[in-house]
Amino acid sequence: MEVSMIKILIDGKQYEVKPEKNLLETCLALGLNIPHFCYHPALGSVGACRLCAVKKFRDADDNKGRLVMSCLEPVKEGLIVSIEDDEAKEFRTAIIEGLMTNHPHDCPVCDEGGECHLQDMTVMTGHNYRRFDFKKRTYTNQYLGPFINHEMNRCIQCYRCVRFYRDYAGGKDLNVFASHNHVYFGRHEDGVLESEFSGNLIEVCPTGVFTDKTLKKHFTRKWDLSNTPSICVHCTVGCNILVSERYDSLRRIMNRYNGAVNGYFICDRGRFGYEFVNDDRRIRNAKIRPQKEENQVEADNEILTSRLKTSLAKSQKIIGIGSPRASLESNFALSVLVGNENFYHGISKKEQLLTHTVLDFLQKSGVQTPSLKQIEKADAVLILGEDLTNTAPMIALAVRQASRNIPNQEALKKGIPIWDDGPSRELAQDTKSPVFIVTPFKDGLDDLSEGTFRASYDDIAYLGFVITASLDNKFPVSITTDYEHQKFADKVASVLINAKNPLIISGITNGDEAIVYAALNIARALFESNPKCMLSMVLPECNSMGLAFIPGKSLDDLVALSAVEEINTLVILENDLYRRATADMVDFLLERSKQIIVLDHLTNRTSVHADLLLPAATFAESEGTLVNNEGRAQRYYKAIVNSNHVRESWRWIDEFIKINDQDKILSWNRFDDIVSSMVNEWPVFSKLKTYMPDSDFRMLNEKIPRQTMRHSGRTAIHANIAVNEAKIPNDSDSPFTFSMEGQPERPPSSLVSFYWSPGWNSVQSMYNDLDEPNGSLKGGDPGIRLIAPDGTVDIPYFKMIPTAKKLQKDEWMIVPVYQIFGSEELSSAGHTLTQRIRVPFVYLNRKDADSLGAVEGDRIRLVISKTNIVLIVRIENSLEQGIAGVSINLPGMPFIELPGIGNIYKL
Amino acid sequence: MLTEEEINEIEVEIRQYPYPKVACIDALKIVQQHRGWVSDDSVKDIARYLEMSNEEVDGVATFYSRIYRKPVGRNVILICDGISCMIMGYESLYEYISQKLGVRFGETTSDGLFTLLPISCLGDCDHAPAMMINNDHFNQLTIEKIDNLLGNYK
Amino acid sequence: MERPLTRHIVTGSPPLNLKDYRKSGGYEGTIRVLKEMSPADVTSLVKASNLLGRGGAGFPTGVKWSLVPMDAGSPKPKYLVCNADEMEPGTFKDRYLLEGNPHQLIDGMIISAYAIQAEKAYIFLRWAYKKAEAGLRKALEEAYASGFLGKNILGSGFTLDISIHVSAGRYICGEETALLNSLEGKRAIPRSKPPFPAISGLFGKPTVVNNVETLCWISHLVVNGAEWFKGLSLTGTGGTKLYGVSGKVKNPGIWELPLGTTVHELIEEHAGGMSDGYRFRGALPGGASTDFLVEEHLDVKMDFSTVAAAGSRLGTGTMIILDDKTCPVAFLHNIEKFFALESCGWCTPCREGLPWVEKILDSIERGTGKMEYLDVLKFQTRYMGPGNTFCAHAPGAAEPLQSGLKYFKDDFVKHIHDKKCPWR
Ligand SMILES: Cc1cc2nc3c(=O)[nH]c(=O)nc-3n(C[C@H](O)[C@H](O)[C@H](O)COP(=O)(O)O)c2cc1C
Ligand code: SF4
Ligand code: FES
Repeated sequence: MEVSMIKILIDGKQYEVKPEKNLLETCLALGLNIPHFCYHPALGSVGACRLCAVKKFRDADDNKGRLVMSCLEPVKEGLIVSIEDDEAKEFRTAIIEGLMTNHPHDCPVCDEGGECHLQDMTVMTGHNYRRFDFKKRTYTNQYLGPFINHEMNRCIQCYRCVRFYRDYAGGKDLNVFASHNHVYFGRHEDGVLESEFSGNLIEVCPTGVFTDKTLKKHFTRKWDLSNTPSICVHCTVGCNILVSERYDSLRRIMNRYNGAVNGYFICDRGRFGYEFVNDDRRIRNAKIRPQKEENQVEADNEILTSRLKTSLAKSQKIIGIGSPRASLESNFALSVLVGNENFYHGISKKEQLLTHTVLDFLQKSGVQTPSLKQIEKADAVLILGEDLTNTAPMIALAVRQASRNIPNQEALKKGIPIWDDGPSRELAQDTKSPVFIVTPFKDGLDDLSEGTFRASYDDIAYLGFVITASLDNKFPVSITTDYEHQKFADKVASVLINAKNPLIISGITNGDEAIVYAALNIARALFESNPKCMLSMVLPECNSMGLAFIPGKSLDDLVALSAVEEINTLVILENDLYRRATADMVDFLLERSKQIIVLDHLTNRTSVHADLLLPAATFAESEGTLVNNEGRAQRYYKAIVNSNHVRESWRWIDEFIKINDQDKILSWNRFDDIVSSMVNEWPVFSKLKTYMPDSDFRMLNEKIPRQTMRHSGRTAIHANIAVNEAKIPNDSDSPFTFSMEGQPERPPSSLVSFYWSPGWNSVQSMYNDLDEPNGSLKGGDPGIRLIAPDGTVDIPYFKMIPTAKKLQKDEWMIVPVYQIFGSEELSSAGHTLTQRIRVPFVYLNRKDADSLGAVEGDRIRLVISKTNIVLIVRIENSLEQGIAGVSINLPGMPFIELPGIGNIYKL
Repeated sequence: MLTEEEINEIEVEIRQYPYPKVACIDALKIVQQHRGWVSDDSVKDIARYLEMSNEEVDGVATFYSRIYRKPVGRNVILICDGISCMIMGYESLYEYISQKLGVRFGETTSDGLFTLLPISCLGDCDHAPAMMINNDHFNQLTIEKIDNLLGNYK
Repeated sequence: MERPLTRHIVTGSPPLNLKDYRKSGGYEGTIRVLKEMSPADVTSLVKASNLLGRGGAGFPTGVKWSLVPMDAGSPKPKYLVCNADEMEPGTFKDRYLLEGNPHQLIDGMIISAYAIQAEKAYIFLRWAYKKAEAGLRKALEEAYASGFLGKNILGSGFTLDISIHVSAGRYICGEETALLNSLEGKRAIPRSKPPFPAISGLFGKPTVVNNVETLCWISHLVVNGAEWFKGLSLTGTGGTKLYGVSGKVKNPGIWELPLGTTVHELIEEHAGGMSDGYRFRGALPGGASTDFLVEEHLDVKMDFSTVAAAGSRLGTGTMIILDDKTCPVAFLHNIEKFFALESCGWCTPCREGLPWVEKILDSIERGTGKMEYLDVLKFQTRYMGPGNTFCAHAPGAAEPLQSGLKYFKDDFVKHIHDKKCPWR
């Protein structure tokens, strides 16, 4: 949308600016620093801290002026202000002085020190002398769970924490207590913070009240961390992150701003799920099994090479199993090694079918799939059968923002700008944009919901078909005439059709084809009347979408093949097959394979079967490309130098290829080489060659430092070995260097490796990297969309109408229950996150539990497709009777294909 | 657990407002009226009843000065320490009561009979010094009057 | 001399019941308005009278009402809120009206609600006002019983419910937007303005908040007209005012007098002069959050503009006298301690500045003060000035301090030099 610019005068200089902003964000966008605390671009302005004061003049003749808070000052044509005015400066300094009266003098030992917004502001305002000579107020701290440390004495009462936690993220168990200068931010009593987004408090808090407890376990001063841009590998959303390293271990994860994807925030799985990288169960050395039935033993290079030579001899037929949690490049390398016809995706047939269906639809239907930023802009949302809070938490957070759009529009009509957070919430009270949630049991977004519909999968899907019919009378499937939820369906349809930016969200994690078809049908029907409608489909893993672009067969196909022919050599890439198929199937496949080569990070049920077990670099030790659920390809970089035998999977496979066929010249010396090779082979990825600077990229002939200029103690690091400065590790795969040397200018947006700008060491420094607060990174948000619908509809409706499955006596419909902590493989391996993982459980309606004679906490046995599982009963009355929700994928859970029909017995 | 009586009274308040949670402050006052103070458990009970989180209720409860989040004695003495009462000598009154009961502001007598608290300005400035015991107002106080007064509270 | 507001208040007797209130001409205004006047007529009348709000800020009531959207599509419901929180130290005027004649308030509220077409009104009542609460509840009951409240009042089609919300105690609840948050069952944190409550107030709906004394005027205005109202004052800003005097005077109390009565007349004629053995040193003219007036101001007329011209504020019109046997530092310490404790804790200058001020005053009073502290105090009064804080609480707290520093500087210095309080 074109906005006509207006002219304002700041300190005597004229600027042309956008009209609908406030003065603070306008100045920050112009690169003019105004100190502030309580304003946060994502949270808006509330005028609490009073630090952003500037002088405002009535007109050119006014030379006295008055102080105004820039965060609450709308920019209007002809506005005259001064940031540098003496009185304004004095006032801002006094604010810091006031906040400092009770602030501890513990910077040298404070967890926040070195990237502290309060430090930045103190220096920026120039406050340096303490006049307050009375006793300070002190508080006691609370235990807030394994993720977050609480140190209330550092609080400067900016109210950002509660505003983020409650207003932005919908959390309920954090608040402000008491009044005057005793206000306290915490919980009603000690206990684990419940919100899935609690970790953002670490970055939202401008001081060290909320800090990263996982970092505290192996603390490093912030300036001594080495940082690398990366992508979160723990779900399909692909949030951008910064990975911090010290002494070859991963110390913490922070959000990395991406205006189109995660903005300022990430979820707790993403932030705290990293510990698997440092875990004891990491495979760090190559192992071999000398003979079948014998245990794996560590192998030196010689033995390893000779074993590889026999297993990978050209005469052998090699089968490769790729993975939706491995990079495109590693999957590609494997497919080159084994040939397209021998490459398998390593996911079930159903998952593969559904992912392909989704990709096909997105490519051909014309319907847009939104980025998180676009989701936030939706004005009506239908969620069909997907538990977003647990499968793609950041999408849930984006929907929460979308729910404010209509109230915000109302506020605008009354002259209340969107950034004016207090008044817009007070006006809105409990009104929301319409969000409809159609799921089998309670949902983390229920508090937003205008209509919730709780039903079986079959009924959910059926409702979807009815909504489609209601949207499009040409829908070629006939719907029952006396459908009992017709009114609800019509309401949903009419809201969607009347919305400007309606959004359908569903996903394939529920495993129900009919629901997926229903969601796609709704989107297709809606698209007929509104080409701006959006469809977001949640996929199971970080590279599920990437894999869908690559030719390959399913795991089921491979098991079927192994029944017909024995497999000589099976290469399994970063994949625990026991999570993908029943134990029987995997056992069978592995038994039918003579040589099993496993490349992975952690020992798991599959890796113990390896004859050759090779340590594969994690996302933190390698570079690669992942494609998120909107088809956005994003690159991550190596943050930790590989040690021992650990190598990127693609490098291992490159070696395999050389062993397998000495004539084949690939010269994959660097990461760029394999990208080129892949792009040649698979032109769908052609944009990957150019969308980011390659490893030769230099700024004034220098690489981009991973460490800040403040990095200290270089020569001391290895002082126990030698006092000479250690050689900087070589990184030929990226434009980064493992050092602090480099150009002080900011690199291109995709290569920003730490937060810093002149005057700012805290995360707030990112203002300088953005075109405007909340906007895009300067030079564009990184990542490239591989799906570009051309707006033409080229896909028919799905006509498979679901029919309710009939249950026999004692039979239960079993649906999957995902958990943010536990359902994802890699994050679940970390020590800290493990503390938040529940024992495998079953949700039952109380009446159903009664009929089994079970109460909360009892154990039951679930028998489903010959698998036997013991589960703890948890009462969940939102489930319809006859349906049981089973915590899928939790550690200790065997694979079961859901939804399905099973029997339950009380133990 | 909220008693039936408390619930009935809370329901009356809820009817005054568009949403139940608006009655949060009233609910706190009602519970305090019955129990003398608001315990952690009461916070939770109110939260559950009004479908709020414990934090939401406690954030409100701890804000207001006339909600007691710690136990108080059977009778609460509120001595006005406002400016007019100061001019008219509340301090000597306070010292007298304090010595007599053996407690300072914020404390409860060991027999649990009295809690002594300051309050600012009872709106009795023209008849200062003033105080309240529970819901009763007293003004133009003198040390002599105090002795008689306290005797009436058991 | 006319005393419209307090004519029927007899100290020591119960307030008029509905019957007697009616007999005295009560609810005539309500009846006339509902029968004969449009909402716009009422607002114009109040505008014409230039009634200035009696809650302390002196904002013209008619103007406030006219900000409420009245067109057919305007948001519903609208609310009227009576601010009966009165927690300002030294202030006891609303209590007098509430206890003395609750029907007068209800009468005024019905008319005011009609003027803005509010269907629901709340009386936000100070916790400590138990007697007022009982009287109000009884009066409300009577008003409902005789059809002055409830559905379709007197067959006019106008509906109004009035509820009492008893505060849980916090001075800041008196600030009109904090009051709204408190009424919503939340922490009483003031709201950002604009938008004003008339646009987005209670539950996000158009709302008018008026002080008790303000609302008590409304029925009289309807019955007697704007010109009559203007004629009541000595200075042209209409009406009488409830004035109070507390401190060491012979006859502390409250009186309804023409707006513009002088300080001198108040103290000498009505309050009976200073108590024996006490000398006048200064006075806060309108509650604890106003600047000191001193001897040179005794002839100042107590109306909004004249007191302002003298460097203070009329505020609530209830005066606190500082005598020569009370330590001005202790006086200010008491006040600032109150303000520090009653800060809501939202904005920095107030939350952090007031406790600092309190500690300094405490220190000076105890004889441990330093000369540098005076600079800090002076700075703090500027730093907490209007516009610098989120609401008017801290600026109010700064007023007695800044003027106290000006008029009683020698007393501060003496404390610091002698390392003790001369009055102890
Ligand atoms: C800290 C603070 C406390 C206040 N307390 C009261 C009060 O107790 N009663 C009152 O009527 N107004 C009080 N006010 C003024 C109100 O904000 C508001 O101006 C008034 O209720 C409006 O009524 P009026 O227009 O009838 O004067 C207070 C203002 C502030 C800043
Ligand atoms: S001045 Fe600020 S902290 Fe003080 S009461 Fe007003 S908003 Fe609250
Ligand atoms: S950022 Fe403007 S007041 Fe805090």
